[in-house]
Amino acid sequence: MSRSVFSRHGAARAADPGDRVFAAFVAAMSSVVILLVIGFVVLLAVDSMPSIKRFGLGFLSSSVWNPVETEINHLNFGALPYIFGTVVTSVLALLIATPLALGSAIFVSEYAPSWLGKPVSFIIELLVAIPSVAYGIWGLFVLVPFMRGTVEPFLQQMLGNIPILGALVAGPPFGQDLLTGGVVLSIMILPTILSLSREIIAQVPRLQKEGMLALGATRWEVLSQAILPYARGGIIGAAMLGLARAIGETMAVTMVIGNSSTKIGASLFTPGYTIASAIANQFTEADSEIYFSAIVELGLVLLLVASVFNIASRFLVAQLTKRTGASNA
Amino acid sequence: MRKDPEGGKFLRRRAVGAASLAITAILAFASVAILFVIVGHVVVNGIGSLNADFFTQIPKPYGESGGGIAQAIMGTVMMLLLAALIAIPFGVGTAIYIVEFGRGRFAELVRFAVELLAELPSIVVGVFVWALVVRNLTGYSGIAGSLALAIIMIPIIARGVEEILKLVPDSLREAALALGTPKWKVVVFIVIPTVLPGILTGIMLSVARAAGETAPLLLTALGNSFFNFDLRKPMAAMPLQIYTYAVSPYDDWHAKAWASTLVLIGLVGILSGAVKFFTRRWKHESQ
Repeated sequence: MSRSVFSRHGAARAADPGDRVFAAFVAAMSSVVILLVIGFVVLLAVDSMPSIKRFGLGFLSSSVWNPVETEINHLNFGALPYIFGTVVTSVLALLIATPLALGSAIFVSEYAPSWLGKPVSFIIELLVAIPSVAYGIWGLFVLVPFMRGTVEPFLQQMLGNIPILGALVAGPPFGQDLLTGGVVLSIMILPTILSLSREIIAQVPRLQKEGMLALGATRWEVLSQAILPYARGGIIGAAMLGLARAIGETMAVTMVIGNSSTKIGASLFTPGYTIASAIANQFTEADSEIYFSAIVELGLVLLLVASVFNIASRFLVAQLTKRTGASNA
Repeated sequence: MRKDPEGGKFLRRRAVGAASLAITAILAFASVAILFVIVGHVVVNGIGSLNADFFTQIPKPYGESGGGIAQAIMGTVMMLLLAALIAIPFGVGTAIYIVEFGRGRFAELVRFAVELLAELPSIVVGVFVWALVVRNLTGYSGIAGSLALAIIMIPIIARGVEEILKLVPDSLREAALALGTPKWKVVVFIVIPTVLPGILTGIMLSVARAAGETAPLLLTALGNSFFNFDLRKPMAAMPLQIYTYAVSPYDDWHAKAWASTLVLIGLVGILSGAVKFFTRRWKHESQ
């Protein structure tokens, strides 16, 4: 990591009094960033305590989410349906977005001439600027009817009679369901995976590519034998960052996923919840301490899971950058 | 016929190569098409409801025609301004610390914290600000909304400004230091003015991102159907208005939601477009 001259040899100089004040000021500002991160974890953990104490690990494995105590149904908070919804939609998103993003990244950085590749990647990366609620409204009024009327009946026709795949598309096509949630998410994480993959492909040493081309290799052979093996770790990292974003995405998913059923089943045509959409939908309804605490615990789970994938992604990408740095030296 | 030294294998290899080109090209253009499809739908569905009332009136109760989202536009602008005021010192200060002063473990920790903060799910920011501020101090309010947006902006500003500060050549700093200028003066009067347009670009980018945030505002600013200039009270915002209208059962409100989305995308698009434009020119010039 490059730093300016100051940080490399600044310490030895006798400091101007203004220097101390200024250094203290910027250090204080950056301490606040660290404190914020700690504050997030601590505050969310403290507020989740009643729920953690009462339900323990059962919070993650129970599928009964019942905020109202009645004689038949006892009060219980089990987040499994929400975790299930998050996992299914994020994995779907990843399965759809990764080939699209990786293919596009290869095209714009390896195959296309730069007059074409640059505007193409610029346009795809603009998807990142579209606000989540805009994806939500588009998803709700355009994608949902399209999925219900066209895509889902088509999938049912194609896969319905195949033993295992058939179960994925069983039941009436609602449109507002896990599948649509996954499709919206895949569009939203597409630019993330694309731009990171592009940077990673750019790290592959020219010599390796040119060496293969000189030996008479075709485009596909250069790609499959020089570029992809080298970039594999980094591309997995890119996909993981996409996954982290998919897990945390709230509004767009909330608007298309249905938010109505806590049933866990094989069919992707089931309306569901994700952790994030459950928080958005139920936060202002939480009328008891334990209900509120359970929702904050959902937030804590989201925070931890998204951070783990984020850290793993950065680690993988950094490994690759380090290796490139070493081989170029 | 061309003579094939590999006996047919050569042609197959060439065909596979061409196929890989075709497939990636199709994937790339499919990805490009997605953007045009979404923006196209927003324009087509939204443009019909845009008129002067839309920008100047507050929402009418359901059943009465007309009305607009003026209170939401105003709320978004007010909260963004306050959020930027809060976030700028922390974001820029952190970037200056990392680039100009940071050494060793603590600097690494700051950088790591910025990365973590940048990737926090935005709904979690809402829960945090609710628990910290809304619950005991302000209730649902514009201030709480601004704070949530500021937390989202800080890491974006810090990362953007960090990149920009790294573009300043060391020779410039060394020249000033050699004249006996104290470090802080070098930073404040030489480094920062040199890259000021770049820093402003970074701030603009963070504003563009925060402008579209909905989830954290849901738990902090709450929304409001009337004009409200008091930041201590619940406040409307464009993304909240879009959400409320979109999930409502009324066609008229759906039309207004599309129109608001068009305005919001226009706003964010202009901001991000300007950022991309200036960043490119800036990087180009400094090389």
